[in-house]
Amino acid sequence: MKIDIKLSALQAGLASSKKSNGWHSIEARNLNVFYGDFLAVKDVNLNVERQKITAIIGPSGCGKSTVIRAFNRMNDLVPIARTEGEVLFHGQNIYAEEVDPVEVRKRIGMVFQKPNPFPKSIYENIAWGARINGFKGHRADLDDLVESTLKSAALWDEVKDKLNQSGLSLSGGQQQRLCIARTIAIKPDIILMDEPCSALDPISTLKIEELMRDLSVDYTIIIVTHNMQQAARVSDFTAFFTLDELRAGFLMEYGPTNRIFMNPKEKVTEDYITGRFG
Amino acid sequence: MSANPQRDEFGNAQSGQTEATNRFIFIPNLTSRHRRGRIWAIVFLASTIVGVIALTALIVTILNDSFGYAAIQFTVQPETLAPGEKTLEQMTCPELASLLEENISPNRFRQIQSEKPFSERTQRECYELVITEVAKPKAVETWPLFYSLQYRHELALYVEQKYPGSELVFRSWISKDFISSHQSSDPLLAGLRTAILGSLFVIAIVIVVAFPVGIAAAIYLEEYATQSWINRVIQTNINNLAGVPSIIYGMLGLAFFVRALEPLTSGTIFGATVSTTANGRTILSAGLTLALLILPVIIINSQEAIRAVPSSLREASYGMGATKWQTVWYHVLPNALPGILTGAILSVSRAFGETAPLVVVGASTFITYDPGNIFSKFTTIPIQIYQWTSRPQDAFRNIAGAAIIILLVLLLTLNATAILLRTRFSRRLI
Repeated sequence: MKIDIKLSALQAGLASSKKSNGWHSIEARNLNVFYGDFLAVKDVNLNVERQKITAIIGPSGCGKSTVIRAFNRMNDLVPIARTEGEVLFHGQNIYAEEVDPVEVRKRIGMVFQKPNPFPKSIYENIAWGARINGFKGHRADLDDLVESTLKSAALWDEVKDKLNQSGLSLSGGQQQRLCIARTIAIKPDIILMDEPCSALDPISTLKIEELMRDLSVDYTIIIVTHNMQQAARVSDFTAFFTLDELRAGFLMEYGPTNRIFMNPKEKVTEDYITGRFG
Repeated sequence: MSANPQRDEFGNAQSGQTEATNRFIFIPNLTSRHRRGRIWAIVFLASTIVGVIALTALIVTILNDSFGYAAIQFTVQPETLAPGEKTLEQMTCPELASLLEENISPNRFRQIQSEKPFSERTQRECYELVITEVAKPKAVETWPLFYSLQYRHELALYVEQKYPGSELVFRSWISKDFISSHQSSDPLLAGLRTAILGSLFVIAIVIVVAFPVGIAAAIYLEEYATQSWINRVIQTNINNLAGVPSIIYGMLGLAFFVRALEPLTSGTIFGATVSTTANGRTILSAGLTLALLILPVIIINSQEAIRAVPSSLREASYGMGATKWQTVWYHVLPNALPGILTGAILSVSRAFGETAPLVVVGASTFITYDPGNIFSKFTTIPIQIYQWTSRPQDAFRNIAGAAIIILLVLLLTLNATAILLRTRFSRRLI
């Protein structure tokens, strides 16, 4: 325990003294998130690799979702939430005074737990994001964008004949892929996924996982999941979060997925991934 | 298995006797529960029936007043005016004009002619002039619908004896003429035109003022306002204002719009020096007062509708880098619109039937010309009904009934519009 404290103090010192080298997509530095007086997540230091899939796992209530929502300032929408520390995006602190959260969210997209397409047509679901981001091209350009986006989300073949139907008419898995397509249509650097498959059946889950693998060529993906098989299957890196005595979540262990699952350093991690806890 | 031959391998009862015993376990509980269920069902049904009876009674009473026999007495019998072969209806306009000239004072004749020359009047208009100016029909007594139907023959005898020379006609008090003619002190001629136009003018102002302000306030309170004590005070105040009696809004309207803002509401600062202006007791004052009256209701309704938009939709929008305004304009508002519109239109129908505040603000009760603009004097349908019911003559009660039917038809139209809009918008969105 003493060593732990020393270690994190050292890391903190490093973090504040050393400028980011910009290699990592997202770096959390001493990130604390409060809900009112309650410390939900404490002292997270995490470097997310570019164009890799990073999975965040951990027991319920350990602040996985809070952390991922802190990465694109979605927590700002919760009136009582307060964030301390830094989240560096290509070396720039997104919580800096001069940064507009809207700009942050354009570059760091998010897919939510429950598929939430807009109650508009499939076409409009994709096109709307482009429009609000100042897309000024012709209708044909927009058509191309919609087509290419839906293709990269592996949804084009299923919906090409019904682009004018409501996004809500699709199945749950298709809706979630539509949400992913909607997110990549605005060309973010990073896609955050907050338990994207928890409301889906295994086949839809499989499709989303394949899609994530394809997308990781171009995008950095961070996924929160309850499903450890999913984390093992799909991710390159895994961050394991757990709770302390005050129910504040913290980062227990972080490393390449293979190592975390095959050879965890911490006893708690091993207990969790082998199903003896949580 | 052999130890208990009455059950199969799943433990299900095999013999009739065991089945009966098993079923019996549930019975004592069941009967009392069913009885309680039936009692509640009866209570609910009875409540519904009370409502239906009240509604039926209302409609029956109104219909009872709006139709029925009327004994109409002419000062001069129309038949005596047309001694020749032609009846009055068959005469041409010039013939009727000369008839008119013979029978009324030269002054009155010139007055009529200066309003509109006879050459421009239709035969029907000329005929009506002769009837109203010369024959002067008067409803000496009227009877409600059911009485009329029941005692038709007795009534005929009664009228013959009591009002010799009068005519017993079955009259529908609601008619085209009733809607299109102006106010009059004679119930046979009085119409609702001024009041209908006044109501429509006032409601137009209510819609123009209360809709945007109410919806905008709701958006602010739901989407922009932070959790501060000031906003909580504002919210509480709005909730309480929705319950303030309407007459108090009338007092506010009188003090503020009619008195304090008189230059504005009478239109003098716009240079509208209408001769008919009423020192601020104008359509504008009335409209603003009613707009204030329904504003809290619209705000609360719109807030409910906005709150009902799932937060996942907002998150989706923000998650794509939309600004607050884009989120509200493209997602929150379109999804809340059916609810907002329903609430708003229902509040407008409340304003439509509102009487008390307008009495205080100073609605005129006797206007014989159309309201020209928003700075005119006004009367509205409910004001007119109120005024007619307080008249002593029977016939005014009949035309009040007719006015109520028109008011109800207009209100039902408004509510139907609300339902139509709601279904249309919700269909478009899903």
